[in-house]
Amino acid sequence: MAPSGSCRRRHDVVVTFAAFLIQCLNALQYGLLLFLVASGLTLIFGILGVINLAHGSFYMIGAYLAYALAPFVAGHFGGSLFATLAIGVALAVAFGYALEWGFVSYLYERDHLQQVLMTYGLILVFEELRSILVGDDVHGVAAPGWLAGSVPLGELMTYPVYRLFMSAICLLVALAQYVVIARTRLGMAIRAGASNREMAQSLGVNIRFLYRVVFAGGVALAVFAGMIAAPVSSVYPGMGNQVLIVCFVVVVIGGIGSIRGAFIASLLVGAVDTFGKVFFPQAAGVLVYVLMAAVLLWRPEGLFRET
Amino acid sequence: MTAASGARSAWPSSLVTWAVVALIAAFPWFGGRFYVDLALTIMISAIFALSLELLVGMTGLVSFGHAAFFGIAAYAVALLSPAPGAPALWWLLPAAVGLAALYAAIVGALSLRTRGIYFIMVTLAFAQMAYYVFHDTPLGRGSDGIYVSAKPLITVAGHNVLDLARPLTFYYFTLACLVATFGFLALVARSKFGHALAGIKANEQRMRAAGFSTFAYKLAAFVIAGALAGIAGFLYAVKDGFVNPEILAWHQSGVVLLMIILGGIGSLRGAVVGAFAFTLLKELAQSEALFGTFAKHWQLTLGIVIIVCVAAMPNGLVGIASATKRRIAPILDA
Repeated sequence: MAPSGSCRRRHDVVVTFAAFLIQCLNALQYGLLLFLVASGLTLIFGILGVINLAHGSFYMIGAYLAYALAPFVAGHFGGSLFATLAIGVALAVAFGYALEWGFVSYLYERDHLQQVLMTYGLILVFEELRSILVGDDVHGVAAPGWLAGSVPLGELMTYPVYRLFMSAICLLVALAQYVVIARTRLGMAIRAGASNREMAQSLGVNIRFLYRVVFAGGVALAVFAGMIAAPVSSVYPGMGNQVLIVCFVVVVIGGIGSIRGAFIASLLVGAVDTFGKVFFPQAAGVLVYVLMAAVLLWRPEGLFRET
Repeated sequence: MTAASGARSAWPSSLVTWAVVALIAAFPWFGGRFYVDLALTIMISAIFALSLELLVGMTGLVSFGHAAFFGIAAYAVALLSPAPGAPALWWLLPAAVGLAALYAAIVGALSLRTRGIYFIMVTLAFAQMAYYVFHDTPLGRGSDGIYVSAKPLITVAGHNVLDLARPLTFYYFTLACLVATFGFLALVARSKFGHALAGIKANEQRMRAAGFSTFAYKLAAFVIAGALAGIAGFLYAVKDGFVNPEILAWHQSGVVLLMIILGGIGSLRGAVVGAFAFTLLKELAQSEALFGTFAKHWQLTLGIVIIVCVAAMPNGLVGIASATKRRIAPILDA
């Protein structure tokens, strides 16, 4: 498109800037969403020492929960989004607690290979149960009415309110996570358990309980992310696996066990993926992995490995 | 156990191995067409599992992205075959295996900078990258996959010496590949190189202190394993005449890890037994005669079997066999 006059050129610049802003917001929203899932993954590895392949499944379960709870919440709570989130998180904590007790707690003394296989088995079970219970169709989840509109950006473009809300609530959860880990007694125990398990135990920290809480918290974060994402991404089979692998990339870039690293890496991956789709649509799927390869060449331990 | 009795007890087991090879060789003469096809699938899976055994069992490197090398070789068959006419085996097989080895060299050079859990995640991520290359770019023609019309052959002076389009020829070619892979890895295990790999598995730091450049050894093992997986991928593409991105997906990497776990890590025979057991298990779980309409949810059965396997038999089927042997040995000696 060749601009014909200065007025046209100025108009183009405005439109381009608005488009750029939209992509920035998209990148931020995707990055923050990734952070919720990846921080749980990195916490579970950093503290429990377990590589959890089933973590993506929890994201998938969250999205399906948002879909399945919608009629119930509409009937009893007038379709309140916060009611859905509260019920979903409560279920997720209970589920994570039970899962740690029933399966994951057997993996602490085992090697990584067996952790990989056990959690891979769990993925297959979750995916098939999902297929039996809900079927293999793609479903949409409606955003609540008060978040359904769009805000204008410039003269021609608009941006959906729900996506802004997603970014805000993800940021809030990330902040809450930081406060819990850095400022509370529980967070202190978590940090102690991560740096030296035996020492923390001998100083009176109930490690078994701590592990169960951390695992349940990680599950809750992933389920929460899935529920929040459902209205934007819709609900489909295999959605968890895609997120899982991107989260692996985030964790590798950020450094295993580092929440701060996961935060920076999530935003970085979100930006590379979003702008990659704009500028190199052919290679978009690969760019995130190229980023990972570059980080591995530069710092094989990740950007923020906490030892 | 003394060295002499160890050597004596090695004899019957290698006899068993040769008896199994003879049985497989004779199988097409009495097995039905369906079962011969199943035997082919098992043999190809066994080569694939053996290639991973070199990494996991012999070097202690848990790779969760092994399907990439299998898939790249399979795609090489589809993409390099000329549209009309049959490609020549003498260049197609080395080209397919070479491309798999090349990608293994790149992935290995990057991922071997990390260890443990990082290595698992990085290999998985790079395999997924290869998946997206074939899934999303015009090169791989998307999720529909590509048909391979003609089978490779070798012609000498106008005669088809080896034509993989003939089922029996392909069967024996696959068997020969399996025996060669098994023999090669058995030789590697006894070689100086193999001993170095075993040392790296046991204690890498000590090997480095002893003056071994462990990175080079691990990279060599990674590339060889990628190339062997490439042989399996080549055979797969020729057998089915069809490739799609799913053969590079991480479920494939999970399945091959499961095979060697099922068979028992640390033994070449375990990898073959695991491939056999897994393929039959999958066939059973998918059988509508046994599970009825539930057969389409065979992955649920598979998932439960995996969980039970990990929980109940950390040493695999071969481990159960040797545990039984240990238990009955005192009775036999008495």
